[in-house]
Amino acid sequence: MVLLDFFFRIREASIPVSIKEYLTLLEALQKRVANESVDDFYYLSRSTFVKDESLYDRFDQAFGEYFNGLEALPDDFLKNIPEEWLQKQLELSLSEEEKRLIESLGGWEKLMETFKERLEEQQKRHQGGSKWIGTAGKSPFGAYGYNPEGIRVGQQGSRNRRAVKVWDKREYKNLDDTIELGTRNIKVALKRLRKFAREGAADELDLDGTIRSTAKNAGYLDLKMVPERRNAIKVLLFFDIGGSMDDYVRSCEELFSAARSEFKHLKYFYFHNFIYESVWKDNRRRNNERIPLGQILHKYASDYKVIIVGDATMSPYEITYPGGSVEHFNEESGAVWLKRLLDVYPKTAWINPTPEARWKFHESTSVTRELMSDRMFGLTLSGLGKAMKQLAK
Amino acid sequence: MVDRFSGTKNYVAGEDLMMAVNAAIALQRPLLIKGEPGTGKTMLAMEVASALGRPLYQWHIKSTSKAQQGLYEYDAVSRLRDSQLGEESVKDIKNYIMKGPLWEAFQSEEPAVVLIDEIDKADIEFPNDLLRELDRMEFFVYETKELVSARHRPVIIITSNNEKDLPDAFLRRCFFHYIQFPDKETMNQIVDVHFPGIKKQLLQQALEVFFDLRETPGLKKKPSTSELLDWLKLLLAEDIPLEALQTSDSRKSIPPLAGALLKNEQDVHLFERLVFLNRRNERT
Repeated sequence: MVLLDFFFRIREASIPVSIKEYLTLLEALQKRVANESVDDFYYLSRSTFVKDESLYDRFDQAFGEYFNGLEALPDDFLKNIPEEWLQKQLELSLSEEEKRLIESLGGWEKLMETFKERLEEQQKRHQGGSKWIGTAGKSPFGAYGYNPEGIRVGQQGSRNRRAVKVWDKREYKNLDDTIELGTRNIKVALKRLRKFAREGAADELDLDGTIRSTAKNAGYLDLKMVPERRNAIKVLLFFDIGGSMDDYVRSCEELFSAARSEFKHLKYFYFHNFIYESVWKDNRRRNNERIPLGQILHKYASDYKVIIVGDATMSPYEITYPGGSVEHFNEESGAVWLKRLLDVYPKTAWINPTPEARWKFHESTSVTRELMSDRMFGLTLSGLGKAMKQLAK
Repeated sequence: MVDRFSGTKNYVAGEDLMMAVNAAIALQRPLLIKGEPGTGKTMLAMEVASALGRPLYQWHIKSTSKAQQGLYEYDAVSRLRDSQLGEESVKDIKNYIMKGPLWEAFQSEEPAVVLIDEIDKADIEFPNDLLRELDRMEFFVYETKELVSARHRPVIIITSNNEKDLPDAFLRRCFFHYIQFPDKETMNQIVDVHFPGIKKQLLQQALEVFFDLRETPGLKKKPSTSELLDWLKLLLAEDIPLEALQTSDSRKSIPPLAGALLKNEQDVHLFERLVFLNRRNERT
């Protein structure tokens, strides 16, 4: 029954586990794959329940929570400890005998209490010694040291694997797919948007065609060739640039470079805050070289998929009223232009780099979302995944 | 026959990895391995096979691979050709059925190990087409109307580089393990296994340079275990003296034979620029 509770705790941590995995775990335990130790059980249950390294972090938390009831500490608790205290300077290795000599400080709660007390008492970085928080000492607090009941703080990798709990910024943290993006990850997300088509030179044997034409040819072999399959998806990319978007330049750059290498037919344009009657291709010459949106709508056929990247954070008037633009006088409102775009390109998604939780605070974001009929997605891995799914439909 | 895996003399496996492998062996379920390139995913299958003393069947996946190819392929074109030439072999369809690695492994007299390498290279539907085969360890040959089922369920090790998501139904049937990049201690052990004679000091110094290099911000491809091993091999072959490494605090100069560690032109440029900046800062 303990196990069943554990199973449900894992499910609550939104790790996708099914009964199948649970039964597998039971079977493994029955076959004595793991012996009595908690470590073994941890490894076994992890490789049974978790099928994606981005979930390791969540699993570690849930596992810790269940088995100590203590893992769910607020993240910023750690941030209050200056990094440099903990930077590794020395490595301490003690003999077995010395290890035995170090006495534990009583139960967990006492440890926590003392830890907080010391944290308040202590003002400077500390290293060595046996009382203060720092590195390579024998105090129960800090990293790279040894105390059988110690708390590890800010240590990379496990050293003695004995600290009561690993308090580190958890090892798998930045792989969680709701947090961070790298170009490679983006490419993986963009890959969902693929449509293979046969184009170009015929250099592959078409087996079905060959058999068909051979049969027609009274049994004499008649080889047929077809072109290789290639990704034939076509994409128009619109980037909001400048102003409030400056905070997201990095993630947009990553998205852009990933998209560039993933899609062969990619056209990109810039705009500021919202799409009006014209966009541009080069930010340095945007005042001279503007491309009318109407021209784009005519030039690129409706089988292009459109991705708009922007934070949609502005005054709502900039969207809904003629003349609302902050930069020039626009004869027709942004909403009208966006509608025209949507009419031509039914497959359109808006990617918003601001955190999804903040969308509801901006009137303009809600308005845009409505115009997009809810096809707005966050610039996270899962958001991109959803957007690509939407575009591929 | 041994049926527990605990690393070999050529391969250092962490406790967590051993647990995952042993679970897969005991329960006869596939094991899915992910990890940074060069952390020994493919090596694992070979080492498991040699540690358990079982034959290994390898199936390397390409973007054009079909699930069917792992089971068998019916070579219709050569049969067609043979029929026009009037060959005798045409009459028996069996002559044109080529067994794939899974068939071979299923047929093996002793329990086997199967490596399905880089499953993420194949089409998105590929893993789905193998569900029943991996679950029941049997498949049907339509051409000859025979059912091939495994004499002994083989240990199946699948590697992935994470280029595509694998379907849930497939994942549910596997054990999973992510190979972490080894820490310094483990790295020491790994190098020890590959170069038992290497001088302690040289190794220490080389490892320091290596981990320093990995810390360089903005590298496109961080050097991994296999690059380190190649580099050490070169260092030994060229008989680079210890001093050359010691002076090369990697922030101030480029370590000898760095080409073995940095394989991307942009990375080399980035690194050279950093070294240059550091030197200039030093002087001022």
